[in-house]
Amino acid sequence: MARLKLKKLEEYLQCVDGFEQPKILLEQYPTPPHIAACMTHHMQAQHDDIEGKLLADLGCGCGMLSIAATLLGAQLSVGFELDDAAVDIYRQNMLDMELPNADCVRANVLQLPGSKWDNAFDTVVMNPPFGTKHNAGMDMRFLDVGMRLATGAVYSLHKTSTRTYIQKKSKEWGARSSVIAELRYNIEASYKFHKQKSKDIEVDFWRFDVSEL
Amino acid sequence: MKLSTYNFLTSMAIKGVKVGYPLKLTINKKDVIESEFNPVFIERLLPKLDWSAVYGAAQVAELAEDIPAAQPENIAEDEQLLQRLHHLLFEIDVLEGQLECPETGRIFPIADGIPNMLLNEDEV
Repeated sequence: MARLKLKKLEEYLQCVDGFEQPKILLEQYPTPPHIAACMTHHMQAQHDDIEGKLLADLGCGCGMLSIAATLLGAQLSVGFELDDAAVDIYRQNMLDMELPNADCVRANVLQLPGSKWDNAFDTVVMNPPFGTKHNAGMDMRFLDVGMRLATGAVYSLHKTSTRTYIQKKSKEWGARSSVIAELRYNIEASYKFHKQKSKDIEVDFWRFDVSEL
Repeated sequence: MKLSTYNFLTSMAIKGVKVGYPLKLTINKKDVIESEFNPVFIERLLPKLDWSAVYGAAQVAELAEDIPAAQPENIAEDEQLLQRLHHLLFEIDVLEGQLECPETGRIFPIADGIPNMLLNEDEV
């Protein structure tokens, strides 16, 4: 059960502030409210992976997924983010929405494994950089970190074109993986080099069960 | 920054640092934000925490009287202590302060509630 209806959740998420000046190299595309709402609602309603849980949001940006998880009853969401402008907006979003159960740490996600955060979280959620801007494989490196930080499940978004590769990697890691949904991820024209007004890319929403690792 | 988050932070990503824990916490400004008490969650969280760092945080937050210096047994049966832990770990919000690496003295500032654990390239 989820404590909020999907539609209501999406309505709340419409009020979340996004990036003021998105940075191309960090692939700062905000997670659209509709997608964030569908993802987190599914995580709670189908798998009970949010309410009362300790949750990490890797590369949290302005906090869309953290906020959605907190609205659905996460006991504490911890967002990790490199960018200073993004963490400030994260914090302001939490204050504006009066959500006490969220924290933000400015850190490099890739430096988290091997620290006390290993196996600290019940659930890890992320909308990772897809690795299209001179940082190939970045999403897989984020996923690897997620696997090490979570004891329950990892949820992530990846380009559909990488599905076979992710299945293979996930087998190597020993996680039980499944594609929950195929999304048409709509990236609004947030960068100047996007010629079209709006561009759809095909994205898979994954769940990785790491409870038996 | 919540003190539950503080309990997990280390400076071990710095080159040459062995443990980097616990970081020395200084609080210059804090807030108290009430949140829902969930005893089951705290019980589940406790094995992941380092009690000496919990107690250390309590001292800095001027709540040392509420928290025993050593972790008591059967903590799950002590509802009052669980509530105090909830207050310490989830309701204290550190707005301004710093974290200091116990081995190198490197300072990680906490500003506007956000600890900045980012390292320069020459530090990793």
